[in-house]
Amino acid sequence: MSATRKRKPIATGSDWNFSVLERFDAELARLADEYRLDTYPNQIEVITTEQMMDAYASVGMPVGYHHWSFGKQFLAVEQAYKRGQMGLAYELVINSDPCIAYLMEENTLMMQVLVMAHACYGHNSFFKGNYLFRTWTDASSIVDYLVFARQYIAKCEERHGVQAVEQLLDACHALQNYGVDRYKRPSPISAEEEAKRQDERESYLQTQVNLLWRTIPDNAEHGERLPGSLLPEEDDPLGLHSGGRYPSEPQENLLYFIEKNAPLLAPWQREIVRIVRKLAQYFYPQRQTQVMNEGWACFWHYTLMNRLYDDGNVDEGLMLEFLQSHAAVINQPAFDHPHFSGINPYALGFAIFMDIKRICEAPTDEDREWFPDIAGTPWRETLEFAMRNFKDESFIQQFLSPKVMRDHKLFLVVDDDQVETLEVAAIHNEQGYRQVREALATQYALSVREPNIQVVEAAIRGDRSLTLHHVQDSRRPLGRSVYPVIRHLQQLWGFPVHLVSLEEGRVTRRFHWPVEDESPAS
Amino acid sequence: MTYFIDRRPNAKHKSAVNRQRFLERYRKHIKRSVEEAVNRRSITDMERGEKISIPAKDISEPVFQHGPGGARNIVSPGNKEFVAGDKIRRPSGQGGGSGAGEGGASNQGEGVDEFAFTLSREEFLEFVFDGLELPHLQRKPLKSLEEVKMVRAGLSRDGVPSRISITRSMREAYARRIAMRAPIKRALKEAQEALEAEERKDPVLRNPARITELKAEIERLEKRIAGVPFIDTYDLRYHQLSAQPQPSNQAVMFCVMDVSGSMTQNHKDIAKRFFLLLYLFLEKHYKKVELVFVRHHTAAREVSEEEFFYSRETGGTIVSSALNLVNKIIEKRYPVGQWNLYVAQASDGDNWDDDSNICRDLLVKQLMPQLQYYAYVEITPHDHQSLWQEYESVVKEFPERFAMRQIVEAGDIYPVFRELFKRRLSQSQ
Repeated sequence: MSATRKRKPIATGSDWNFSVLERFDAELARLADEYRLDTYPNQIEVITTEQMMDAYASVGMPVGYHHWSFGKQFLAVEQAYKRGQMGLAYELVINSDPCIAYLMEENTLMMQVLVMAHACYGHNSFFKGNYLFRTWTDASSIVDYLVFARQYIAKCEERHGVQAVEQLLDACHALQNYGVDRYKRPSPISAEEEAKRQDERESYLQTQVNLLWRTIPDNAEHGERLPGSLLPEEDDPLGLHSGGRYPSEPQENLLYFIEKNAPLLAPWQREIVRIVRKLAQYFYPQRQTQVMNEGWACFWHYTLMNRLYDDGNVDEGLMLEFLQSHAAVINQPAFDHPHFSGINPYALGFAIFMDIKRICEAPTDEDREWFPDIAGTPWRETLEFAMRNFKDESFIQQFLSPKVMRDHKLFLVVDDDQVETLEVAAIHNEQGYRQVREALATQYALSVREPNIQVVEAAIRGDRSLTLHHVQDSRRPLGRSVYPVIRHLQQLWGFPVHLVSLEEGRVTRRFHWPVEDESPAS
Repeated sequence: MTYFIDRRPNAKHKSAVNRQRFLERYRKHIKRSVEEAVNRRSITDMERGEKISIPAKDISEPVFQHGPGGARNIVSPGNKEFVAGDKIRRPSGQGGGSGAGEGGASNQGEGVDEFAFTLSREEFLEFVFDGLELPHLQRKPLKSLEEVKMVRAGLSRDGVPSRISITRSMREAYARRIAMRAPIKRALKEAQEALEAEERKDPVLRNPARITELKAEIERLEKRIAGVPFIDTYDLRYHQLSAQPQPSNQAVMFCVMDVSGSMTQNHKDIAKRFFLLLYLFLEKHYKKVELVFVRHHTAAREVSEEEFFYSRETGGTIVSSALNLVNKIIEKRYPVGQWNLYVAQASDGDNWDDDSNICRDLLVKQLMPQLQYYAYVEITPHDHQSLWQEYESVVKEFPERFAMRQIVEAGDIYPVFRELFKRRLSQSQ
């Protein structure tokens, strides 16, 4: 090492310029290659603080359609930043191909190198490798799609007025977490195809809806069929008019259901519902892989920065600065600390990935007992496997080791409003490991974090009302936002909306919009 | 494969549209805050932004979420003394448990009561003057305007030193230096080569005379190169300006105020704020607006802005003295054909009894035919006196161009101001 150590650092001090960044990037790329990190090409954009706040406000979408909520976000970020209540994130990275990462101009040299290692090689390889991203997003077309969405919505604003579009978007945003098929693989989104097929779809969608809401009895002979309309056998594929309830199965994707079935929406409105749904789908994997994604990126920035130092490419000063900010990023305050704000996904993810590496390289007896499959295996392959095939929930269930639980001193508290006190159910000891791990994994399951709400019936033959079920778990009720949300839903649907909370098949509460007299649950 | 892109130069204010959308949506809330601020703030304070708060519940974007209640499991870090089976008293005032690790999803929107942000100065004034318009602003014919704007119009070889274009001058100088030195350098190179060739020869064959000659030649050429001036007057380039007539409206606003003994400090404060609103309003809307300050007790005087607002006088009240002075100033300095004329008057309504009808005659016969608009505010909680009654007859004759309102306390200023200057369009509707 002493031989390589003699090499001069690429740069010292805190100033940077593009040629220095390029040399660091080349070095990082070489190391990433050595570690066999599979990444998209990088597009690194140097931006100002204001641009960073812009990027923040549009949830990191490089091209966004216009909506007041992004303006609100911008004002909030700006306010907090100006008052010094928050620092801006040093980096922002977009799951696209090429992978777009932002560097803020006032970052120091160390920070730029750290961000490049973290975002351009850490997050980037995660986006490319993780199964959720591979399944749910299409990195190569997202920017195109955003451009399409922006143009389409701008066109709608021109044609139908800003206010009409805004109201529609408000309603869609309220439901966007319910705009995802959780179990079906979606078709990839592509701007070109979207634009090409869009007119076609508009008219097609409308014929489908017309079909569903047709009130005139079916004419036995379809003599006057217009060219391009549906074939007779496709006329009623779901058996809608043969009796029985519609939809025949409960639908979890509310926005999809609205898009396809809402009786009163105009074609352009359906298209906007679709846009919001597609973007929700794009962000869906990110909501489920926070711990893994950040942990993976931290693991690699830590590994790569250390390699840069070992190879003599950075000096001690830069390394000390790096270690300080690294320590801040993966800091986990205790639950009773004034700065505590939940579990830090960076800290947890980093700890688990580091621990997997440790288990591979120097397993203890405990590790052999808990992780017989991976103890002593080559760490790089094992890490890659963990990164590719899991989401937070399953990743924690699979890889959270007793050592990490001990290090973080994790403990499980049960909070039951029918019991007077909180109870510590399990702590980081032999008896508690499995229970704590189970509970922490569940805590990251989207199905638990968000209420389970599904469409169960659209009264196509009756008053056209829409009925949804909220399947309650552990008696946890819906928050007070439920009324504004079903009001939005009613706006999209056009007819009354009923939401029924059920716990183990028993009705616990009913919500209606428009509000009607609460009749006693029968 | 990595590409670096420097985005700093482009796409500033990318969120501007979204920001505007937001302000538009919460117009009502923001306007209320702005109106409160106008009433609360001191006059000199009008030139900055304002912090606006909107109740968070009005602004939240609702989504389905868990409410407090039921049973839940919470995993937290940093256990110190707990063991399994410990009972802990519920932290008070937190409804459904600490909510830790839930990402704060359940208590978002409840914890923050106010959404606060800052309007920029421009946005603030935009809201202050929203929907207001200077009445009857006529576009005067372009030819009557003497206003011109100097615009850049390329470069020239003559000009004043302050307008030198350094880059262009240096470029010219550089080009000239290259051009002037090139032939000399060529000759120098030839001479040097010849000298070297001579020196390479066998000492016996050298021609000392030729060497001396060449050395002299080289020295002469080097001197000539050094003699080429670094910069010459010939190189200098100047930015040229040309005058373009500017189409714009010019207006003059007369601020007339009673400073007699009957006007208390409170009255003056209110009047001050009325004029300042006007002043800001004009400055915002029109490029060129001149202000003339006329104050009066028994006699009227044209004064500076400073004196108008901040010096003290006592005495009786003769309003017509001020109107006469305004008329004189118009005749002398502001020909009607070139200027839009406005008068704003503030008074407590006191006047010498037999002066009020003189005022009316002055207005109806002399002033009003020339003026675009006359706004009168009477600052008094009491009953109106003769001046108000006489003015009412002026309103009858010029309902479109003469306006009068009563102000009782500071809080009335802004509404009255708005009423006086609201868009004609909405008034006629």
